[in-house]
Amino acid sequence: MFRRSLGALGAATLVARPARSHAPATTRRPGERVLRVVAPFEFAGPDPARSGHVFARMGVGEMLLGADPEGRPVPMLAECWSTSPNGLLHRFVLRPGVRFHDGSPLTAEAAAESLRHAHAAASPFSRVPVAAIEATSDAVLIRLSRPFAPLPAVLANYASMILAPAAYDEAGRVRAVIGTGPFRVERFSPPLQLDVERFEGWWGPRPAIGRASYLVVSQGEARATMAESGHADLTMALQPVTVARLRRSPRLEVLTVPVPRTRILKLNAASPYFADQRVRQALSLAIDRQGIAAALVRNPAMAADQLFPPTLQDWHLPAPPPRRDLERARTLLAEAGWRPGQDGILVDAGRRRFACRCITYINWPELPPIATALQAQFRELGIDMSVAIGNSSDIPRGHRDGTLEMALMARNYALVPDPLATLLQDFQPGGGDWGAMGWSDPALDAALHALSAPAGDPTAARRQAAGILREALPVIPIAWSELGVAVSRDLAGVTVDPFETSYRLHDIAWLR
Amino acid sequence: MGRRSLGRFLRPVLMRLTQALLVALIVGALGFALMAALPGDQAFRLAAARYGPDMGDAAAAALVRQELGLDRPWAVQFLDWVGRLMRLDLGHSLVTGEPVLEELTMQLGYTLALAGVALPLSALLGLPLGLLAGLRPGGPMDRITLGLSVLLRAIPAYALGLFLVTVFSIHLGWLPPAGFEGWREFVLPALTLALGLAALSARVARDSVAVVAASPFMAFARWKGLPERAVVLRHGLRNAAIPVVALLGLQLIGLVEGLIIVESLFSWPGIGHALVHAIFARDVPVVQGTALALGLIFVLVNAFVDLACALADPRRARAAT
Repeated sequence: MFRRSLGALGAATLVARPARSHAPATTRRPGERVLRVVAPFEFAGPDPARSGHVFARMGVGEMLLGADPEGRPVPMLAECWSTSPNGLLHRFVLRPGVRFHDGSPLTAEAAAESLRHAHAAASPFSRVPVAAIEATSDAVLIRLSRPFAPLPAVLANYASMILAPAAYDEAGRVRAVIGTGPFRVERFSPPLQLDVERFEGWWGPRPAIGRASYLVVSQGEARATMAESGHADLTMALQPVTVARLRRSPRLEVLTVPVPRTRILKLNAASPYFADQRVRQALSLAIDRQGIAAALVRNPAMAADQLFPPTLQDWHLPAPPPRRDLERARTLLAEAGWRPGQDGILVDAGRRRFACRCITYINWPELPPIATALQAQFRELGIDMSVAIGNSSDIPRGHRDGTLEMALMARNYALVPDPLATLLQDFQPGGGDWGAMGWSDPALDAALHALSAPAGDPTAARRQAAGILREALPVIPIAWSELGVAVSRDLAGVTVDPFETSYRLHDIAWLR
Repeated sequence: MGRRSLGRFLRPVLMRLTQALLVALIVGALGFALMAALPGDQAFRLAAARYGPDMGDAAAAALVRQELGLDRPWAVQFLDWVGRLMRLDLGHSLVTGEPVLEELTMQLGYTLALAGVALPLSALLGLPLGLLAGLRPGGPMDRITLGLSVLLRAIPAYALGLFLVTVFSIHLGWLPPAGFEGWREFVLPALTLALGLAALSARVARDSVAVVAASPFMAFARWKGLPERAVVLRHGLRNAAIPVVALLGLQLIGLVEGLIIVESLFSWPGIGHALVHAIFARDVPVVQGTALALGLIFVLVNAFVDLACALADPRRARAAT
């Protein structure tokens, strides 16, 4: 009796404050199966510049243009487009009969207004030299102040999403995601969950999937477990270490596609350590790329001695797999004036020790282990590299205040499906926050400038630019990336977009 | 209830109200000062949190700085916050742009739901074991629960959560390792929290029961011929409950500490998860709002504990007046 009463009292006091859940009740239609997407990318608020990646991937919002598997622009909300001979006027003719999720029609003025918002936000489009955005009866006109050939690719970026006029408040802030895509928002709970349902008024063929949800699970291991245990139907961004295990699961198919995201080592070429190209080349020769790719990326074919993987044919230079050559590296360092000191660490003529700091961040979980692998490999050359793991913003900040020496990062050259847009930013004459620092090359500038202009065959200029970057090494490539996706065998029609612009849910159907 | 006894209950309530006001100001000021003292540039941090690493560059940081007026002096920004707090406005998140109060309400809902499952669960696990152990101090049950309690208190919530995920999600496949949709998603995070809390409550209950069971007043109650039911209800229950109720206030500290870790581990969209992200992003209004909510809950729970203790043991309240 005594035991029971005290137990009951304890329980009663502990539940004295009833729990009140604010989780809105879901209105599940009976029998409607929800396609569950699990991914690591959180989202913040309804602004496309911040969360557009999720809206675009889940088929809620659409842009004027999309991208094909090679990154070439394809029609989306714009049916066709043209550029004036001088490259300054771009005309995008809208697809007729398109409606937003609130029932309002897509007009040229609505599209132009969305693009004006995108241009004012922190978006790739804001870096385009736009003079004016105008609307005619059926088309959007974009006037540029100088030619910018990758404009169509920039318009395929999620931040250039077209939303209904009702999506914006009086101050121009996005209050709701009212797009044109095959799915519309059913429940929006940032930063972790988005539920969507089929939009019956979509301009394309009716999707077979009726409902889908996007759930953020940041731990790679937890994502893998959700896929394995049937709690996720599409699991994105698999960690390399979990791929082999998931391949053995009978309920899953694992797809991997190479994506243009490259792990690179950014060097401050204005510092006394890395100003000499021979030192940068020596560092590159000291890296055991095959070892890093095999052990940490779990695919030796990802070893990278140039920025772009073979899938970007025009930008990739045919070459044998990269090899480590410590002897040649030591020779180059000696030629640059670095000799081993008493403790084995290199010193230059002014008795300066080769001791530098490399910063990296944890958004990509493989970066810290790669940094420590580099630390050990550079140590064999007599370079004392310390590793600091912090926030990704430490890199642009260190670039701006000049304190950065080295940074290990994963740079996405596909945020805009044409890599030129990112290269123009990263390797412009003054350098770029996520690219060169204290380094520039007039030949590269000329090649990139030529690519921005509307005329001619771009292949030669692309190869030339890739060749300069590979030789001069303002940043040292280490490993390319693959996107691993675990797909439930209950699904048919799943394809993976290497530019990660869409999960193509509208092409997917349930097998059972 | 007489005037005196009304005052006896009102006094601690007024004291707690004053305390709540002070907590609000101190928490706000501390949140502000600590965020200002952290290394890193706020505009760069916010740009990375808003737009992701690939778009988080100096141009984005400049836009953020201009939009939010981050180059205003810290004192001006702090007074701005105090002024808004007076109007019960917690401001907008610097990352999402949404009102902090709106975000807090939603997150607090998830957190309270989780805590509302974890606390009773910890009581269900901890108190019966504590009782059994307390009735036979030094017995096998006492030793086993002591060992278990030490083990569970020593394991960090993070490791315990991973262990439970390994067993129940990976090996047995019974429960999802993340998500927050239905009851199945509640089990693992709530159990992770509850086990840590139960380890403590079991020991407190054990000691409390052991002391009360062996006390002369219990023996005297039996000697004077009271039936066992009356002995337990009138003398045992009340006396043994005081330390257990007081423990609730302490449990809250453990709960907040556990929530921050458990929510991050299980992708639970509660206040702990939000706090961690806000600190990384230097989202000052969210840090202040979250800390404020936690501080006020703390004051509130302690006020309830005081009241409950005063009801259970009138000697305390008399001593206080």
